[in-house]
Amino acid sequence: MTDFSLTLPKRWQPASVWLLYVSGFLPAAWTFYLGATDQLGADPVKTFELFLGLWAIRFLILTLAVSPARDLLGWNYLRYRRALGLLCFYYVAMHFTVYMVLDQALILSAVMNDVVKRPFIMFGMAGLTLLIPLAVTSNNFSIRRLGPNWVRLHRLVYIVAACGALHFALSTKLLGLEQSIYIGLLILLILYRSWRPIARSRKRGQDRERTRAPATVS
Amino acid sequence: AAALSVIESKYTVDEKTTPLKDVTSYNNFYEFGLDKGDPAALSGDFKPLPWTIKVDGMVNKPGTFDVEALMKEFPIESRTYRMRCVEAWSMVIPWDGFPLASLLDKVEPLGSAKYVAFETVVRPEEMPGQKGIFQSLDWPYLEGLRLDEARHPLTLLAVGLYGETLPNQNGAPIRLVVPWKYGFKGIKSIVRITLTDREPKNTWQVTNPQEYGFYANVNPEVDHPRWSQATERRIGESGFFGAGRHPTLPFNGYADEVASLYSGMDLKANF
Repeated sequence: MTDFSLTLPKRWQPASVWLLYVSGFLPAAWTFYLGATDQLGADPVKTFELFLGLWAIRFLILTLAVSPARDLLGWNYLRYRRALGLLCFYYVAMHFTVYMVLDQALILSAVMNDVVKRPFIMFGMAGLTLLIPLAVTSNNFSIRRLGPNWVRLHRLVYIVAACGALHFALSTKLLGLEQSIYIGLLILLILYRSWRPIARSRKRGQDRERTRAPATVS
Repeated sequence: AAALSVIESKYTVDEKTTPLKDVTSYNNFYEFGLDKGDPAALSGDFKPLPWTIKVDGMVNKPGTFDVEALMKEFPIESRTYRMRCVEAWSMVIPWDGFPLASLLDKVEPLGSAKYVAFETVVRPEEMPGQKGIFQSLDWPYLEGLRLDEARHPLTLLAVGLYGETLPNQNGAPIRLVVPWKYGFKGIKSIVRITLTDREPKNTWQVTNPQEYGFYANVNPEVDHPRWSQATERRIGESGFFGAGRHPTLPFNGYADEVASLYSGMDLKANF
């Protein structure tokens, strides 16, 4: 369980982040090409829309997995977390754009009706809306400027995760096996986040216990 | 798929038919899997022939009928119908088949019979969606119609499309087509038809009664809980751009023929 990111020479690390951005966009670009050249099956718009949504969920899971991977496995991918989070945001934005432009053909009344009446669309819109401040403040300047508030603000990602899981779960007739796995992972990651502070304080408590122990023995 | 000898019928619509490759590659047939492409990809082991349908319940002459014999006995008509899925997409499909009424006449329903119940085959060894730990629905898939709906001249038992016998993914060898109702009413690979005096259960209503009812008549006025039914995407028509949306028609455009079946009924309550 060594630190994988450190196996890369330091000067290559910024390049590896850029590589992640580029490869992160490949699925969307390739599928867009297939759709634009009529190679995306019988219902290309729906297929592309669902594809983008699924990749948004995947990047969300990867983003949330960075901390537990470090805590539990010692894998340090912290360097890539911003890119993963932004990729999630970009895929959500593309998913929303396809829904608006290609699926609903910009019929705003239909979209408004959907948002107001349908819980799964409400959760999707809420997730998108909450992602915007996170994306906007994902730069180094905002991190310095906001200080501890930045950490507090970015805890919103767990609300986003809950919205994403609900949006995904409520969007289909049946919960398929693959879908259940993604939703299960999101639930685990949310639960891990709520359990981690407790575990940490308990660990701190044990450490204190241990340092005090010799004194009580004598 | 084998070629069928078919006769023309007056039932057609003046709209471009959906390409065969789309009709046979974009299917909801959960017995083979949940993805639209699963039925085409995973139905290769399914053996549609020989095939018999058992017709029983409140009839004078119950029996078990060989499908190939029925296809010889009744003239096979080519009928082009609009098909509207409850998921807000649609196709225009040239089906080949005979009216369900022809088969019902043969078994002579009793005066007390009010409904017709249908059942799909269960063959886990040939249908991967019925196998394994994860099962999407309770099998067999069930559907039902009121007897007057079942006897309506539009109600078809399809044995083919585009002049050839049904591909496995489209419900071989025999399936129901009720063009004014959402596609899920069109039960596939039918093995049993039962006349009864009680409203039969249908699989989707049992699975999710808030979203799916017994009647399932196409109705742009009654939304699905998760989307509007006012418009539809026509499959295979428009590619990626300029797809637009077609307005959905009451009773899928068959109101003149079938609206009278439901006079006085609250179609919002009986969705």
